[in-house]
Amino acid sequence: MQPLTNRAKSVSRKPLSFLESIYLPAIFKGMLITFKHMFTKNPTVYYPEKKREFSPVFRGLQILNRDEEGRENCTACGLCAVACPAEAITMEAAERKIGEEHLYREEKYAATYEINMLRCIFCGLCEEACPKDAIYLSETFTPAEYNRKQFIYNKQELLIPNPITNKEAYEKALGNRPKKTTVNS
Amino acid sequence: MQSYLLCVEFIMSEEIKKSTFTVTVDNITLEVPPGTTVLNAARMIGGDVTPPAMCYYSKLQGSGGKCRTCLVEVAAGSTADPRPMPKLVASCRQTVMDGMIVKNITSEKVQDARAGVVEFLLLNHPLDCPICDQAGECHLQDLGYNHGKAGTRYQFARRTFKKEDIGPYIQLHMTRCILCYRCTYVADQITDNRVHGIVDRGDHAAISTYISKAIDNDFSGNMIDVCPVGALTDKTFRFKNRVWFTKPVDAHRNCENPKCCGKATLWLRGNEVFRVTARKDEWGEVKSYDGKTGWICNTCRFDKKQTTDWTVEGVTKTSRHSVVGVNKYEVLNKPKETMTKVMNGRDPKLLMNIHEVSEVNPTK
Repeated sequence: MQPLTNRAKSVSRKPLSFLESIYLPAIFKGMLITFKHMFTKNPTVYYPEKKREFSPVFRGLQILNRDEEGRENCTACGLCAVACPAEAITMEAAERKIGEEHLYREEKYAATYEINMLRCIFCGLCEEACPKDAIYLSETFTPAEYNRKQFIYNKQELLIPNPITNKEAYEKALGNRPKKTTVNS
Repeated sequence: MQSYLLCVEFIMSEEIKKSTFTVTVDNITLEVPPGTTVLNAARMIGGDVTPPAMCYYSKLQGSGGKCRTCLVEVAAGSTADPRPMPKLVASCRQTVMDGMIVKNITSEKVQDARAGVVEFLLLNHPLDCPICDQAGECHLQDLGYNHGKAGTRYQFARRTFKKEDIGPYIQLHMTRCILCYRCTYVADQITDNRVHGIVDRGDHAAISTYISKAIDNDFSGNMIDVCPVGALTDKTFRFKNRVWFTKPVDAHRNCENPKCCGKATLWLRGNEVFRVTARKDEWGEVKSYDGKTGWICNTCRFDKKQTTDWTVEGVTKTSRHSVVGVNKYEVLNKPKETMTKVMNGRDPKLLMNIHEVSEVNPTK
């Protein structure tokens, strides 16, 4: 039969020589390879203590953005929900009342905003659809939970910390990824 | 001069004698009755060759001629006078002549002019689509998407207006208005007394009521349906839901009002009626039944918000390209129940009802 590749090697059927029959040189050769690895760089990390950096295109848990004054960007326009292939997002809108201008950026805001993380496939289409710079996929995993209900994230869980009242947490939530420059009117 | 006029008169009388005129729109020839406008002739063909119209409304007399989006090129005026018209004409006002050749999508001049018109319409339009209730069924949105440019060259502040309350049912957003005058025609022709109109001139022109009077006529709600943009929207539906999350179904009821047709589209989410509108035809206009336009009264539109008030006929057919049809499951093929068959005709003894536990489609 014609060989498929030219890498096939015929097995030698010769009887072992003396050196080969005592096996020691082969054992030392193998040990040397094992020994060498003790001095090379470790490819794994000790996970909970040490965390590996995310790739710049990593898509994790969603966050709802606020502007510099700490107002919510989301206007409940529904474009993320209609773009979502897994139908994971639901929301309900409400009208901003007089005196709430410091809370919401526009006339309309999301009164409830829920993402079902069991449904979410982290495709990032919600981030792309958003006209208001309001939803981003962050550098966080969805943590494990004990029951399904806890995987439905509500607005309070998704919102980024307020940059005015809680600046530290806000900076932390922003992460260290270079900020995307978006063309926005 | 005299002879020229006589000649024109002769041509006109010759043409009037004919019972149908032959008109060619984008290389498609058809016969139309005399007096038909170019736009209506193009609508008879339908599809892509129909010019878009923002102000013309076939059910409202005297509408049209204001927005200039329906501009077309006339390559030949008629058989008798085959000279092309020097300028682009508004197809909603131009009547056809025998042998007229019209170019719409085949004319580069028209496409260019239309892009310019869209730019002008959008000069003062706020582009607040994310919070606008009309988004998803807005004609200006479609027009901008199909003909407009991505950016604006306008560098000045957009015109703004003081907020005005025009009654309990209709929300007026003057900033979004494109001054198509359709709502004033509705008030003139459908309702018996008009209390609103266009006040001021030029850049300051605005829809307003006479000294903040409330619009409370029984058919005033139809203004919402004819408004091509989000300037007049349903106050009872304000920010309640996005158009594309609600499911339109055709329904009717026996309305006591003799002028109301009682046929409407209900916009549902689950079994909750979010909004009631008149039924729309393929041009986005209110449908006609036996030559009568299907306007609906305010009672049907604003007060009958229970599915029990209506007889539901079925899901409204929406265009495949419309965002309204997204994520709607028209035909639901439920799998057959096999349990009884497997258990030799016995029903399984259920200890709990999954619909009540999950609260999804509860049986009660």
